[in-house]
Amino acid sequence: MQFFDSDNKLVHYKCDALVRMITVSHIWKFFGEQTVLSDISSTFETGKANLIIGASGSGKTVLLKTMIGLHKADKGEIFYDSISFGAMSAPEQRLLRQQMGILFQGSALFDFATVEENIRFPMDFFTDWNTEQKRDRVAFCLKRVNLSNVQRLYPSELSGGMQKRVGIARAIALNPKYLFCDEPNSGLDPQTAIIIDELIYEITQEFQMTTIINTHDMNSVMAIGDKLIFIHKGVKAWEGAKDEVIHADCPTLNDFVFASKLARKIKENTIAP
Amino acid sequence: MNLGNGIKMIGAYSLLMKRVFAKPEKWRIFWRYFFIELDKLCIQTIPLIMIISVAVGAVLVVQTASNIESPFIPKMYVGYMVRESLVLEFSSTLIALLLAGKVGSNIASELGSMRITEQIDAMEMMGINSAGFLILPKISAATLFNPFMMLISFICGLIGGWLMVASSGLITVEEYVNGLQFAYNPYFISYSMVKMAIFSLIITSVSSFYGYNATNGSLGVGQSSTRAIVVCSFLILITNLFITNVML
Repeated sequence: MQFFDSDNKLVHYKCDALVRMITVSHIWKFFGEQTVLSDISSTFETGKANLIIGASGSGKTVLLKTMIGLHKADKGEIFYDSISFGAMSAPEQRLLRQQMGILFQGSALFDFATVEENIRFPMDFFTDWNTEQKRDRVAFCLKRVNLSNVQRLYPSELSGGMQKRVGIARAIALNPKYLFCDEPNSGLDPQTAIIIDELIYEITQEFQMTTIINTHDMNSVMAIGDKLIFIHKGVKAWEGAKDEVIHADCPTLNDFVFASKLARKIKENTIAP
Repeated sequence: MNLGNGIKMIGAYSLLMKRVFAKPEKWRIFWRYFFIELDKLCIQTIPLIMIISVAVGAVLVVQTASNIESPFIPKMYVGYMVRESLVLEFSSTLIALLLAGKVGSNIASELGSMRITEQIDAMEMMGINSAGFLILPKISAATLFNPFMMLISFICGLIGGWLMVASSGLITVEEYVNGLQFAYNPYFISYSMVKMAIFSLIITSVSSFYGYNATNGSLGVGQSSTRAIVVCSFLILITNLFITNVML
């Protein structure tokens, strides 16, 4: 990876969009005798916010964790750029993981490190940059998530929204090809949640990443859902774009998306002749 | 815990240790965290060890002196008994049991909290060997430094005894010092330091194992911490018996 040009200036690079696609093919996952994921297949596209939606306990987090290798699929395969994740050797998987940025539900910032050290953490391990270059990159990442003067603070000194932003800054520290976000706006107020959603969306488009977001927040779905996969009881019940949701004839999806009276009213008004 | 679970646990512990003792990704990072752990697990424990050792040394003097009733046993044996008690058992085994409580619970709860807040998952997803990064500095710092902690405890215990002798007049200071020098065997120091190194390895690795594999939220962190202390204490006592039979 190269983030600095010959003059040691920070540069952006954009890869060919065709080589950042993720495909899951007939994924099954069991916990004991319980089937958590049943035959899930889909393709996650580059430069788009791919949202996995579903109720709590539907299996979306298991799907996300299976895609990133924290769980092993019992059947089926996951392809990164047409290469099977399961067929990769451990060092190859490790290299691939260095191209993934992950934002965990609770941010998962390291308690023992300051904000700057958190963002610098992957750089310390995987780059030979000097201190100045790392500092530049940290400053760039923090600026990109609209944070300033927080470098020396510890995660416990930050608000929930700020922790999410630092989590995003750390996730993009090595300019990853793939960005995974597990419930990025859970526990946040609606305004902050929208800001975080928009930030993830902007970053996705700016760096042409393949972004996969787990959420059950309908604001996120309507705001940034380029592509939606609806999981119901471990089964992919529906797939499409956010504009297609309103006309979808999937009862379980309609029950989930239009659960509130207000949402049902909006749907009725939208599709009324 | 049945036999099957026990074997499974030993297998899981061995696999974890294989990851822990893998070559660090960057030695510079390893040394940075080595010194952080050295400070946290060892240096910050010294005051506690010193206070306890001084107190135990003083109590040993009182107990030994008050139990020597026969006029045919020289009073200098008080010093001899204090020295032997400290070097053979107190400064290694009992201090290790104390460290199992303080350091063991610290390690287990720290790693357990990191596990349940997905910090360890985050490291794994970055492609970092989280076991090696988090546990190896703890094991190496404690195993290398704690034998010197045994020496500190031993010296403080002797000083505690001397303070008691000087202040109480149970025996004379000359008798106490003569007793300390009587039939001195330097091998006992080496034996005690080796024991302490092995106990430290047990405390740090077993506590790390329980913390690293914590489940069930904050309740699980508490349980892993308790289990770590119980298992460490049990293993220290068993290992003590084994080492003593082999080395003495």
